[in-house]
Amino acid sequence: MDEGEITAPLRTLPVVDYDSEAFWTWGREGKLAIYRCDECAYFIHPPVPFCPKCECRNVSPHAVSGRGRVVTFTVNHKQWVDGLPEHYTLALVAIDEQDDVRIPCNIIGCDAEDITFDMPVEVCFEQVEDLWVPLFRPIAHS
Amino acid sequence: MNKFAEKNTAITGIGMSEISRGATKSALALTVDASLEAMSDAGLSRSDIDGIATWPGERADGSGFSAVGCAALQDALRLEVGWYAGGGEAPGQYGAVFNAIGAIAAGLCRNVLIFRTMYEATARKKAFANSLLKTGVRQAGPFSWYAPYYTYAAALQQALYFNLYVHKSGIRPDQVGQIAVNQRRNAGLNPNAIYQSPITIDDYLASPIIASPLHLYDCDVPIDGAAAIIVSRMDVARNLKNPPIRIEAIGSSMRYRNSWTQLDALETQAQPKVAEMMWSRTDLKAANVDIAQLYDGFSFHTINWLENFGFCERYGAKDFIEGGKRIALEGELPVNTGGGALSGGRLHAYGAVHEACTQLWGRGGGRQVKGDPQVCATSTSGGPLAGAMLLVRD
Repeated sequence: MDEGEITAPLRTLPVVDYDSEAFWTWGREGKLAIYRCDECAYFIHPPVPFCPKCECRNVSPHAVSGRGRVVTFTVNHKQWVDGLPEHYTLALVAIDEQDDVRIPCNIIGCDAEDITFDMPVEVCFEQVEDLWVPLFRPIAHS
Repeated sequence: MNKFAEKNTAITGIGMSEISRGATKSALALTVDASLEAMSDAGLSRSDIDGIATWPGERADGSGFSAVGCAALQDALRLEVGWYAGGGEAPGQYGAVFNAIGAIAAGLCRNVLIFRTMYEATARKKAFANSLLKTGVRQAGPFSWYAPYYTYAAALQQALYFNLYVHKSGIRPDQVGQIAVNQRRNAGLNPNAIYQSPITIDDYLASPIIASPLHLYDCDVPIDGAAAIIVSRMDVARNLKNPPIRIEAIGSSMRYRNSWTQLDALETQAQPKVAEMMWSRTDLKAANVDIAQLYDGFSFHTINWLENFGFCERYGAKDFIEGGKRIALEGELPVNTGGGALSGGRLHAYGAVHEACTQLWGRGGGRQVKGDPQVCATSTSGGPLAGAMLLVRD
């Protein structure tokens, strides 16, 4: 079964707080929001109101390119709950802007066996209730 | 007193309840069984116990992950203690031991009853139960970042790390499988183990994939059961029944990003700096270790620890475990001698401590390692959690 057929109601949602709100809602505008230090431009994820590089307290959500690479992935083979497809891919994606910012996600838009380490991917979003869940798909060959 | 407080403490008694895939008594009853056995083993009575510790403390969430905490056990046994602690934010499962070392050093207690109770077998018969995700409830905390992505079990999330390790190390499935095969063989010599019938590498390779590259036989087996140990101040320990098993050194650090997504190196998890800390607190070296009880929530953890403790080079575990001879009971470094959590049952690192002491006291029966082992390395782990102990029998 194609991962794209996963149905939205099954996704469990996170509790959203002041710092994580942009990450889970800017997808409404098609943007992936990552906290960035206003002074030194270091990306801080998960989002916290402190820059560990320059100790600046002024940080704010910043729309990144949405492109990244697959750091690692796994293909699930066990049906944990009813309604799940037998195979789906969980991955950690590093954003192009800063390699130590890793985002858990499902990779969609390709067969599980075609996913590789370091594969270039781009963000897309799936709305679930009041949140926009970031997912990633392979970048189409230009 | 030595500048390292753990050297003033020792394990003086151990206990274990019946281990099963469905208990005929309550989690508290199992805990009482293990606790009384540990006290009796040490030659202590209830009135001698003046501290209690557990990890991660009672979680009344129906998962069976930690069904009993300090308060329930204290009241069941009517203990009168000067100190107690049960909390999850600690260096892995051994956080309870490390806390006890501190409490003894602070003069708060002399004999600490430390326990870990699992009731996951029963919990899973009643309902969908795991430690990572509940369906239909918004998730807070560190796993909330994984919440929308069907990360229903630790297996999925750990498989992310394992796959990167496989990618970087080039380890083959038939090499990984040596961990499961070896432990099943050891379990066959352990009358308390859950799974005792032998398996082969072919059985391993034919076992279902849970989340690639994790096979079923790479995963520990949920059980009902409890383990208990007594940690005593050294001067007390020297006057008890058993030769003290000294806590020679511990690794308890958090000198890395404590995150299930952003930890510094996914493929080694948090272990390297924890192992480094442990070795910095002893004159002993990896070459002095006689046996190893390495965390095996997934066999990948055991493979990680072989490298991170320095028993072999980085990415050298594949060669170290090839063929299984080095890690067998007769090998140069017998590993998880009672079958571990994979085949013995998931006592979540406390089965490992129990087995370490069993071997160091020469009580292993058919699985006893020859040559009177004296030094055991033992560990916990999982993502950003890691803890390590070096145990030495006097």
